Amino acid sequence: MRIPCPYCGERDAHEFATLGDATLTRPDPAAADADAQFHDYVYLRDNPAGAHEEWWYHANGCRQWLRVARDTRTHAISGAVAARATEQASGEPA
Amino acid sequence: MSAPNRNRLTSGGLIDRAKSLGFSFDGTSYQGYEGDTLASALLANGVRLVGRSFKYHRPRGIVAAGAEEPNALVELRSGARREPNTRATVTELYDGLVASSQNRWPSLAFDALSLNRFLSPFLGAGFYYKTFMWPAAFWEKLYEPIIRRAAGLGRAAEEADPDHYEKATAFCDLLVIGAGPAGLMAALTAARSGARVILADEDFLPGGGLNAEAGDIDRRPAPAFAAHVVAELTSLPNVRVMRRTTVFGVYDSGTYGALERVSDHLPEPLPFQPRQRLWRLIARRAVLAAGATERPIVFGGNDRPGVMLAGAVGTYVQRHAVLPGQKIALFANNDGAWREMLAAQAAGAPVETIIDVRAEVAPALVAAARAEGLRVLTGAQVIATAGKTLTGLTVATPSGTERIAADTLAVSGGWSPAVHLTCHHGGKPMWDAGLAAFVPGTCPPGLSVAGAARGIFGLGACLKDGAAMGAEAAEALGFTVPAPDVPEVADAAFALTPFWHVEGSKGPAFVDLQNDVTAKDVGIAHKEGFRSVELLKRYTTLGMATDQGRTSNVTGLAIMASLTGASIPETGTTIFRPPYTPVSLGALAGHHRGKDFRPVRLTPTHEWARAQGAVFIETGAWLRAQYFPRKGEKDWLETVSREVTAVRASVGLIDVSTFGKIDLQGADVGAFLDRVYINGFAGLAVGKARYGVMLREDGMVMDDGTTARLSPEHYVMTTTTANAAKVFQHLEFCLQVLWPELDVALSSVSEQWAQIALAGPRARDVLARVADGDVSNAALPFMGAIECTVMGGVKARLFRLSFSGELGYEIAVPARHGAALAAALMQAGEEFGITPYGIEALGVMRIEKGHVSGNELSGQTTAGDLGFGRMASTKKDYIGRVMAARPGLTDPERPCFVGFRPVDRSRRLRAGAHFLKLGAAPTLANDQGYMTSVAYSPHLRHWIGLGLIKRGPERLGERVRAYDPVRGEEIEVEICAPGFIDPEGVRLRG
Amino acid sequence: MRYSVFSLLANALNGQKGWVPAWREAAPKPAYDVIIVGGGGHGLATAYYLAKVHGIRNVAVLEKGVIGSGNAGRNTTIIRSNYLLPGNEPFYEWSMKLWEGLEQELNYNAMVSQRGILNLFHSDAQRDAYARRGNAMRLAGVDSALLDKAQVRAMYPFLDFDNARFPIQGGLLQARAGTARHDAVVWGYARAADRLGVDIVQNCEVTGFIREGDAIVGVETTRGPVRAGKVGVAVAGSSSRVAAMAGLRLPIESHVLQAFVSEGLKPLVDGVITFGAGHFYISQSDKGGLVFGGDIDGYNSYAQRGNLPVIEDVCEGGMALMPRIGRLRLLRHWGGIMDMSMDGSPIIDRTPVPGLYLNAGWCYGGFKATPASGWCFAHLLAKGAPHETAGAFRLDRFRTGHLIDEKGVGAQPNLH
Repeated sequence: MRIPCPYCGERDAHEFATLGDATLTRPDPAAADADAQFHDYVYLRDNPAGAHEEWWYHANGCRQWLRVARDTRTHAISGAVAARATEQASGEPA
Repeated sequence: MSAPNRNRLTSGGLIDRAKSLGFSFDGTSYQGYEGDTLASALLANGVRLVGRSFKYHRPRGIVAAGAEEPNALVELRSGARREPNTRATVTELYDGLVASSQNRWPSLAFDALSLNRFLSPFLGAGFYYKTFMWPAAFWEKLYEPIIRRAAGLGRAAEEADPDHYEKATAFCDLLVIGAGPAGLMAALTAARSGARVILADEDFLPGGGLNAEAGDIDRRPAPAFAAHVVAELTSLPNVRVMRRTTVFGVYDSGTYGALERVSDHLPEPLPFQPRQRLWRLIARRAVLAAGATERPIVFGGNDRPGVMLAGAVGTYVQRHAVLPGQKIALFANNDGAWREMLAAQAAGAPVETIIDVRAEVAPALVAAARAEGLRVLTGAQVIATAGKTLTGLTVATPSGTERIAADTLAVSGGWSPAVHLTCHHGGKPMWDAGLAAFVPGTCPPGLSVAGAARGIFGLGACLKDGAAMGAEAAEALGFTVPAPDVPEVADAAFALTPFWHVEGSKGPAFVDLQNDVTAKDVGIAHKEGFRSVELLKRYTTLGMATDQGRTSNVTGLAIMASLTGASIPETGTTIFRPPYTPVSLGALAGHHRGKDFRPVRLTPTHEWARAQGAVFIETGAWLRAQYFPRKGEKDWLETVSREVTAVRASVGLIDVSTFGKIDLQGADVGAFLDRVYINGFAGLAVGKARYGVMLREDGMVMDDGTTARLSPEHYVMTTTTANAAKVFQHLEFCLQVLWPELDVALSSVSEQWAQIALAGPRARDVLARVADGDVSNAALPFMGAIECTVMGGVKARLFRLSFSGELGYEIAVPARHGAALAAALMQAGEEFGITPYGIEALGVMRIEKGHVSGNELSGQTTAGDLGFGRMASTKKDYIGRVMAARPGLTDPERPCFVGFRPVDRSRRLRAGAHFLKLGAAPTLANDQGYMTSVAYSPHLRHWIGLGLIKRGPERLGERVRAYDPVRGEEIEVEICAPGFIDPEGVRLRG
Repeated sequence: MRYSVFSLLANALNGQKGWVPAWREAAPKPAYDVIIVGGGGHGLATAYYLAKVHGIRNVAVLEKGVIGSGNAGRNTTIIRSNYLLPGNEPFYEWSMKLWEGLEQELNYNAMVSQRGILNLFHSDAQRDAYARRGNAMRLAGVDSALLDKAQVRAMYPFLDFDNARFPIQGGLLQARAGTARHDAVVWGYARAADRLGVDIVQNCEVTGFIREGDAIVGVETTRGPVRAGKVGVAVAGSSSRVAAMAGLRLPIESHVLQAFVSEGLKPLVDGVITFGAGHFYISQSDKGGLVFGGDIDGYNSYAQRGNLPVIEDVCEGGMALMPRIGRLRLLRHWGGIMDMSMDGSPIIDRTPVPGLYLNAGWCYGGFKATPASGWCFAHLLAKGAPHETAGAFRLDRFRTGHLIDEKGVGAQPNLH
């Protein structure tokens, strides 16, 4: 499996570490039901068979966390962007 | 020695008669030629019995001429290089080759277990599931050992593999798999467009079927045509032709696994050469041109040595100039096999009889055969065979039964495209009723199939299809492809009538020769409901042998289909798992074995420590100094105790460079650290360090360490050695994913800094002589951290920290100065008797001091368990805070961290012992916790321990049992506070 | 038909004509007392024990394809009860006890072979961790022995003791552990359940749940609706997908674990060996193939196949441990889809949806659990309360923090 790292180019997946689902958002720790929200955040997964957004860390490369779009049935990778790029982009007005 | 090459034609073939090669089989010496395989050389010497079958130990001969061979498996080479289960048909002959038959005792000719044939009625499919159950204890003691000894094929070598293996990676635009007619044309067409092409072929002679083809192509003999194309490809700079290279698997994103047999055609690898090389081929596109495999017809006695595939007979005659026999008959259901025999006969093979199941065969073909003097029997079936090796056949013809003398029976039931690699991503081949064969279904992305591998069986059509598929792939990649230059070859019509099994024939009719699965076994599976292909294969073991059922899967399916009345595709599909052909484990491991299994990390002072006589120990990837024995010390304990005593009495030093070191800079580092540590760091003064504990988001302790603030926006963190990479990855996640808005830059500087801990009451005296500036208690108080220079101008960081409980410093210098620093400290400390100490002494001192370490940071402990509960800030959020509040993590019954000492001070403690209340029975319900770490304290002169026990801090002074049945020990211990030495911390503040 | 030497003899004499199907080809009835979704080892064992122990025989096992074609037929066949934590150990020991009598119970030779499992250690810290585990096993009444290097060498002299990067220091032995023939376990349970009246319905994929109010009262299938008093799901690998049909999210990720078999060889490895300095374990089947494996690939997958880095890593471990295997050949490798739970331990529990019961989260350890999983899931379905040995396998333990984390790696499935 080869991941198109936006910094390093296409690299074999063994250079990376993976952390799974990238659609989760860390809940507000001050929320009244923070314990329930954190339970869902830490433990529950959609675990889809098909399109999956997931975190990959280029441990033996640029050390960037990448948001990778990959299909869990075929392992086909349709793209990868740096976490920081998307996080900042999502914070900006459209 | 038998008559050399008595079955060899005097001319023709792709062998070099000038290069005679000596070899032996079962101790008898023979001669072959360069260009031979072991199988062709054995046949040339008249050796027909080459092995014994798996279950019934029946005598077996060579069946095929390629990777599909089910019978001719030998032990190749000897001693440490013994290679069991090696297919003679793909083993390139070399001078001095030694091979032995396997799975027979005492000899190949007389095998005691061939008596199994008399038991065969009892040994039908699945028999072992129905018996050997009484009495239960007899399975391991009696039945199973007998089965295990009888089963298996060859024997593994009894010594370590002496050869080397390599791994390599190559990239290309187009990978062409197979250098037969389709593959050569695909590679050539794409190569001429400028695409980077890799052409991989498993054979030592590229050309595939062309090497056994009798006709001409482009006014050249077919093998010469192949050689001509290979020569052009080899001359092109954008092409790599890889011989002896099997592409064995299709992995993700265009990654193909391939095995290059670099030295298997040599007695042993040349100096500095590997035996084999594992290739990861990264291809944008690939064309599979792996050809097709002939399949037999199943009939009684079809396993007798001398019964061969028709194409194999043709290959041995054409390519190796070997006559597999002196009286050859054909049993077939298709025209192609006739033409194969006619060509063989033209080359000098004594083909006498053609037996075809079809009543109607093209008159021209029949006439051509008769014109060559062949006897033709149509509408006929072989119903029995005779001879130890084949001597005759019984044939049922429309006019009755007759016996025919033959020492070789060429069999052809049609062809199965080599679709293996197309299945590697889960694609299922599809049934083509016209071809009576499975053809590729959905292929892995980027892989297309050309030629016979997709059911195109004519030579001319294969050449054209290869060129077309090569062009298609190159064009899809953006290359401009010149019009392909494809030689014209006229193909005869494909004519085949599906026929699988001669019902009612005499004797066992084998479907899977290697696993000894008969048509009757398929019948048993049918009766018992194991009818779908998955169940059929698993129940009968059909197709599960080393040939992966290349010659048996389709016939087995067809026989099952005829029993159920369903069609073949309804019965199932043959799918193939990687690897395409078996791959040596050594190649997959490469250099990663022995001492080179994993890389070794050495500390900056490694050579210095070696010179001091250190004994080293593996800690993860690191080699660290364990202790420094001196002459006359009787054991490690004496050494370690001396080191500990020296530190506590005066001063010692240890390399702690293995700790993870992380540099953090930016305006928000303090805020960031507050979010990842349970305790606060934003308020840490410049020039100070603080101990911190971080949790995982699930509330368990992840790691601990000290972090120092060097300037308002610059911190350095240390992590434990074991968790260095994990913590760095975690911090990057927090920063990049959770809080990208924070102004923090992280850098791992573990390798950049050497760090030496200096500990003991004289530590400051030693440091003062090495440091360039003031290191007094006022300038560098406890938990102080400063940047300065040492040794006359070497940049350094000084941290006044203590793991040992003594006055202590950690001195960090750029890694290249680490050894010099150690030497300088030794010199500076000489008058104080400075003592280098290893991680054992470090461990003793931290246990004496009651610090947690790896054994306590098990990932199963909370901050509360370890006594850090009060460190946790209530004024801020941090990773793990919310989940740490769950009832299961705050349960007061959880085992908590305390110290232990033996009630009888002479007794030794053991880590891993569990605690039981005095008098309590040893049961799971009474388990109170366990001992995490132990050490002999030279200070206290007895063993001490740390551990986790329920409500530990509330039970100081209570006596419990430390229960250690796996080491046969059980002693009474007393719970105590975890600090065994200087609990008030006077020494380290001194 | 009862299997015995006599049934073999009779059929040897009559030309193998007397055999009958091992289980009926059942078509789904409109309704059952209990439906088990998933015809793997766990589902079939559940059905068997429902019928045998609890007398509930109006039971159907619905299987999407052919029984045993998922992880039951893709694993490396190891059975053991060498667990550390009190939430796990009694359950796996109960499973081991059931294994020990399984063949006579089922009248099917599943080749349960107690040739032992040896977990090697290579450092003092590993030794202490194995001592902790071995002592925990003893507390649970389970056999364990801590071997030193000489004892390991006596058992397996061909391991690399002298030239290793991480020298072997000893091992933890569970002598009663071993292997069983995985397919035979499936077929044995299927045949025995069938004989008690259970319908085994193959090629019947569950496509949805039938609900009345909140409760689940049956399933939609590719062969029509089937109603049931209770529905038990035992589809490890696909648990999230099936649970999603009921609107549930689970603490599970699906990951691929690869498995490997070599060409057949004369006896070489007697028991099961695990390498402590890398991801590698190995045993040898009765047929002669070396059966081995290592770590999961580490990424979410439903593809039943893995990639080269892990294949290479596993073979590196093999060569580091047993350098004589270099010239032996890998015959096949394949992947199975693991229900990787968030703490590495399974779930046998009711769900928040009335009528729906869950057996899931087996990670890469489901095969050894087959008998006890079936026993305990049947108990739950029959009695409505967990069996005493499976009381910790609750779905809400992630909420309460009563985790069963053997490895101590936390909520990261690819590290378990």
